[in-house]
Amino acid sequence: MSDKVKFTIDGKECTGKKGQLLVDAATENGVYIPVLCHWKDVEPAASCRICTVRVNGNYITACTTTVEEGSTVENDTPEIRDMRKTIVEMLFVEGNHFCPSCEKSGDCDLQALGYLYQMMVPRFPYAFENREIQASSPKIFLDKNRCIFCKRCIRMIKDDQDRNYFAFKGRGNHLEITIDEKLAAGMTEEQAQRAMEICPVGAILRKEVGFITPIGKRKYDKVPIGSDIESQNKKGGEK
Amino acid sequence: MDILLEVQSELRCVPEESVSLIASELGLSEAKVNETKSFYHFFTSEPVGKYAVYLNNSATSNMMGMAEVADEFEKQAGIKFGEKTPDGLISLDYTACIGMADQEPAALINWVVFTNLDREKVKKIVAQMREGKPADAMIPQYGDGNNANPLVKSMVQNNIGIEGEVCLGEYKPGEGLSKALSMDPAKVIDEVKNSNLRGRGGAGFPTGLKWYFCSLEKEKERYVFCNADEGEPGTFKDRVLLTERIQMVLEGMTIAGWAIGAKEGILYLRHEYKYLKEFIENTIKDLRDKNLLGENIQGKGFDFDIRLQMGAGAYVCGEESALIESAEGKRGEPRYRPPFPAQIGYRNKPTVVNNVETFCSAVKIMEKGSEWHKKIGTEESAGTKLLSISGDCKKPGVYEVKWGMTLDEMLKMVGAEDTQAVQVAGPSGTCVPPSQFNRRIAIEDLPTGGSMIVVGKNRDVIRDIVLNFMEFFEEESCGSCITCRSINMILKKFVNKVVEGSAIKKDLESMKQWGKVMTNTSRCGLGQSSANPVLTTLANFPQLYDEKVSDAEFQSDFDMEKAIVESCEAVGRPPHVHE
Repeated sequence: MSDKVKFTIDGKECTGKKGQLLVDAATENGVYIPVLCHWKDVEPAASCRICTVRVNGNYITACTTTVEEGSTVENDTPEIRDMRKTIVEMLFVEGNHFCPSCEKSGDCDLQALGYLYQMMVPRFPYAFENREIQASSPKIFLDKNRCIFCKRCIRMIKDDQDRNYFAFKGRGNHLEITIDEKLAAGMTEEQAQRAMEICPVGAILRKEVGFITPIGKRKYDKVPIGSDIESQNKKGGEK
Repeated sequence: MDILLEVQSELRCVPEESVSLIASELGLSEAKVNETKSFYHFFTSEPVGKYAVYLNNSATSNMMGMAEVADEFEKQAGIKFGEKTPDGLISLDYTACIGMADQEPAALINWVVFTNLDREKVKKIVAQMREGKPADAMIPQYGDGNNANPLVKSMVQNNIGIEGEVCLGEYKPGEGLSKALSMDPAKVIDEVKNSNLRGRGGAGFPTGLKWYFCSLEKEKERYVFCNADEGEPGTFKDRVLLTERIQMVLEGMTIAGWAIGAKEGILYLRHEYKYLKEFIENTIKDLRDKNLLGENIQGKGFDFDIRLQMGAGAYVCGEESALIESAEGKRGEPRYRPPFPAQIGYRNKPTVVNNVETFCSAVKIMEKGSEWHKKIGTEESAGTKLLSISGDCKKPGVYEVKWGMTLDEMLKMVGAEDTQAVQVAGPSGTCVPPSQFNRRIAIEDLPTGGSMIVVGKNRDVIRDIVLNFMEFFEEESCGSCITCRSINMILKKFVNKVVEGSAIKKDLESMKQWGKVMTNTSRCGLGQSSANPVLTTLANFPQLYDEKVSDAEFQSDFDMEKAIVESCEAVGRPPHVHE
């Protein structure tokens, strides 16, 4: 078929469809490119920068670039690994992340990436920003300490009239996530559950339920993040 | 955006009730409206004073004595910056560069520009506020040229140093447009391409190519944007063009509209230039009356009209896709690219965004031909460049020079002596040391959107320039990308450490590494270049850093004596712990 595109990621031959985002194509080829803000088939935010790769030598986010015939992609090089580790460290110092007391621990993408990149202690000074917890809506807690501004909730959780429950406020390092208190009063259980699931960290938590999955049985308790994608790779007999 | 602007100007703030009303009228959530509102510096939740003072705190303003002016404002008003007098009469705030770097310190008071401020003038102004005199009546005398126009009535001076042959020299209104309309649109694009005109905002993308890409799109509804959000600290040349060559700017937009097949043009004007709004709108009306805008222009069956869109205080909106987002009434967050605005821009339609100066150049190219234009300047940078020169020199102002001038020549031209450095292209550009003053102002050597800040020998480059710039970027980052949001803040902290003398050698290495991460991973020009103040001074002025950092393996940031100053004061004890 003519809409097939061949390219390589770190030397591995990959195939994708024309117009397909690189990050999705990589997943289908068993190559893990870390993401925090990307969600398949949702308009990209390109804000977490963790999926930055080099395509033909140029830095670009894999969640916004489409696959091109014959392109060479660098993904898991020492340089890019360090860059990603830097980003993870930056996210840790920017907010206030205390994993042991967080309901999302073990299901948290940020925490899992911290382990993946073997972060020992962040190289940056902690910002210790004073952020609040917005607990005024009946269904969820919004813990602003943990938000990493991925915009998933802004982009994906809306009411039946397409109005946003979640929105940013401010700019620069004064940025915060907010929830519309009037609309949130009418939020359904399903929406609250969905919001918590798509949140890559523990910023959105449901009220009145917690620790349904016990520690030890959570997504990243026994296997590192991305291993589900990489295991397809091994099935193919490579690496 | 216009609704928020209207409310702010009417109520001196945008209160929650208004947000609520706007949200229900537009079918949005209140959080969504607040999202836009909270992005812009000039929208406030609490009412600003009856006299709202916004004092420019840019590097140049600081160099020219802003601290004294600020001190006098605080003394006279009896409040600190960031506060409002209890009677609600005066509010004092800082703001980023307002495009008056050639006549600093300058401030906006109820959007009226006050330039060359000093203690005496501030005393007078505050006294007049107490008398209830309107801000525009406090102006001692009007500036030159159109600054004295009844619709402008501003004390701003043009300070034109050189009128070059392209923009500021002789201009024959309407001629460029007539010529363009007599040609096939594709021919107009060819002509601009052949002229080697490159974008004058700073990035230097070939203008003809941009128009060409846009004209190739299948979608027929297209837009022309004029980027008049001149926000790069130290640049003010668009201010002069908008004042003295506004018809030329609008004519250039019309030519672009003809070339790419657009029916609507939008001039995005930064809020700091609100004093020009009425004047520009009147010129647009005038051109409609003369059939140079509107329907069936000059009987050629070409419809094109222009509207003005005001900004509300956000540097990042000078980035073309952020400007489009802002014009759509959203937060000015730059879009990821590709797609480029020429493919998917305003209202998701193909859009050409050009700088004020670029449009002026296009008019002259139409009038005099591309071959004429090509011969000016250097091979890669054709034509002239308007430089906004400020700082430590005798004759700051706007100079239209041929591309290719060396910094040495430039410094001689403006009467600068004992120069320690030239900050080329503003904070996002390069800090150039004297050993490199033979370099040329050209896209292939030292590209610039026009900002040139001359730094004299008596300045502390790290404190006066680098730290100021990093504070600026920290404030102006949209916050969308983690790298730009955090690294600007972190770099600022470390520059501050250097200034205070608590930094160690290792810190400098870290700053270089982190700066590189931000450059490589940020989405837009702001993040990609905001490490430059640190990176270019580390490279070009290493000795300045070496003098201030210690060789120690570790040095604590924590200063015990400083930390307990306040509590010691409270209990009346001297803050010396070890004595």
